[in-house]
Amino acid sequence: MSALPGPLADPSVNVNLLDEPRRPDELRSLGDRIYTGTATASATVSLVIVGMTFIFLLWQSKGVFKIVSPWEFLTKSSWNAGNQSFGVGGLIIGTFLIAIIGLAVAAPVAIGMALFINEYAPRRLRAVLTSVVDLLAAIPSLIFGFWGFFALMPRAAPIARFISEHFSAIPLFRVAEGTPDFKQSGFVAGLVVGIMIIPIITSVSRDVMSQVPRELCEGALALGGTRWGMIREVVLPFGRSGIVGASLLGLGRALGETIAVALIISFEDQANWHVLEKGAGAVAALIVTRFGEASGAERSGLIAAGLALFAVTFAVNYVSRRVVARTAKDWAVR
Amino acid sequence: MSSYDDAVVGVPDLEVLASEQYDEFVASHADVDPDNDQPRRFQKITAATALEGSLSIAGGLAIALLMRTLLHWQGLMSTFVFAYVATLVLGTVLLRSVYGMLAARDRVMTSLIWSVGLLACCLLAWLLGFVLLKGVSKLSWTFFVDDLGKTSALNKGGGMRHAIIGTVQQVGIATIASVPIAVMTAVYLNEVQGRIAPLVRFIIDAMSGLPSVVAGLLVYAIWILSLGNGFSGFACSMALVILMLPTVTRTAEEILRTVPGHLREASLALGATRWRTVSRVVLPTARSGLLTAVILGIARAAGETAPAALTAFGSSTTNVNPFTEPQANLPLTVYQLIRSGNKQQLERAYAGACVLILLVLVAFTLARIISIRGEKTRR
Repeated sequence: MSALPGPLADPSVNVNLLDEPRRPDELRSLGDRIYTGTATASATVSLVIVGMTFIFLLWQSKGVFKIVSPWEFLTKSSWNAGNQSFGVGGLIIGTFLIAIIGLAVAAPVAIGMALFINEYAPRRLRAVLTSVVDLLAAIPSLIFGFWGFFALMPRAAPIARFISEHFSAIPLFRVAEGTPDFKQSGFVAGLVVGIMIIPIITSVSRDVMSQVPRELCEGALALGGTRWGMIREVVLPFGRSGIVGASLLGLGRALGETIAVALIISFEDQANWHVLEKGAGAVAALIVTRFGEASGAERSGLIAAGLALFAVTFAVNYVSRRVVARTAKDWAVR
Repeated sequence: MSSYDDAVVGVPDLEVLASEQYDEFVASHADVDPDNDQPRRFQKITAATALEGSLSIAGGLAIALLMRTLLHWQGLMSTFVFAYVATLVLGTVLLRSVYGMLAARDRVMTSLIWSVGLLACCLLAWLLGFVLLKGVSKLSWTFFVDDLGKTSALNKGGGMRHAIIGTVQQVGIATIASVPIAVMTAVYLNEVQGRIAPLVRFIIDAMSGLPSVVAGLLVYAIWILSLGNGFSGFACSMALVILMLPTVTRTAEEILRTVPGHLREASLALGATRWRTVSRVVLPTARSGLLTAVILGIARAAGETAPAALTAFGSSTTNVNPFTEPQANLPLTVYQLIRSGNKQQLERAYAGACVLILLVLVAFTLARIISIRGEKTRR
């Protein structure tokens, strides 16, 4: 027996002398059963974590709901531990304001980047650019906040001034009379958050756009189309739901961004519609800025705020994944 | 203009071809020599394209500088942005009059997309350059061997030993705990493909978008509030596990998917059990990719600030026991130093940020080298 080669030499292997074919899905050995069990158990860990997030955040936030009703908590916009007033309504709007500014910056750049890597860049440059995007994704948000505060903000302030002087017809870009302060604003935070979400939008939309059937692209070119014509008529329509989904995914990340936003903005407990001016509100920033000093009802209020943030980002992520997944289905039929 | 027309350039109608207007068509496309019709090439820079490009840039710059002096703009940024836009508009007008709208649009979009790629590279270079250059000069030996326990905020000296120890311990524990679970989850999704696989995949997707501050809050709510433990490095590790799990799982699953199916089939056909196939064939084949996934997961965990603020809480003295008492870590300490706002603390923050980004760069390069090597050996 010991002369048998390979796995058969191992006495733990059950050599089937009747030589019946073994079905791969048949779980014979104990080892296999342990293996499947371990894998399944590991897979359930993530389910348990997400389940616990909902249950425990809900349970531990009950303290604040003795003071304010859940409805009040979600709609009122003031946060003051002194007079026990807790409301995140304005902060949720503020979070969306910053995230949408970020998305407006990131989406065009990221889509251009995806097109560049897929369609324009020479082969060698392609690898370099993929590395650039991946590295951008690996940089911690603290570093982005740090750079945004010390390097970008002094240079972004003149841009904000320029926008406020020339586009004040749009209410969002208006600023107060006198000498407005353009630093520590929602605009700067949005810029930084936008740069942070470029990698995720780029990689997801690039993935989708690289699934375009090559014969469609070549057909467009063979008909005499220009490259941009090919992109506009074939690549972009094909990748549309992927691009929309990727942007939503980026929006989800932007909503949950904490440290970079907390470092840059001068925190306010409500939404600041004058996005170019100093002061902005965001839920995640509230949690880290207030946590150190908070106690009792305020801490449970912060947990409730975290729960609200979790629910919003979960919903946005869910929708975006569904939208991304639609691309393959839409085009499989044609 | 219908979408069909837009994709097709310069191809005449058959009727036109047949008629006498053919000569006229040829005349209007004088640059096309019918006897020597070369295929159109992308990205070919000729004397003509270079001239047109530099003309548009010169014109755009001139307009922007004129606007700058007339309207008294301050700062270079707005002038630069305006010059860029003016160049594009001018280029469109110029190219349109020479080659027609379709070619003009193509060329302008090409330059637009190239500048987006350039912009991304410049941003990354600016970010890395800023953090590294500002921080390197503030690094010293004491930075690594001293903590901030006895140094007052306003004085020089002191270091981040406490923070570095904290980061190593917290990330280490998180890695040991999360990597086996993540790899086995990936194996479950790709090899076992059990009944709850779609649900698990959905939850992993949802978790990868989980804001890091929520992970911190979760551990705070369970471990500290509900179970009555204090702030500690271990609590931070648990929050990091929550953040590393989806990152490592997703990458690992993608890597397992690249393992060729015929290797599995060969192993099963030889009579190996499922577990032997996975442990002797699939995982060894994917080894370098899995290592890359783990390193990128570590890089992500090492830079997380928000969960640490809610779980490890931070401290200015060295605490080598991750299981009791608040502990510092590198990103959290940098954050708290920036927040404190005084100049001496800020210098320390610069040095800390520099170390942090060096850590990320080293991890990233290592991951790249391993994955490139892995690809070579597999071939």
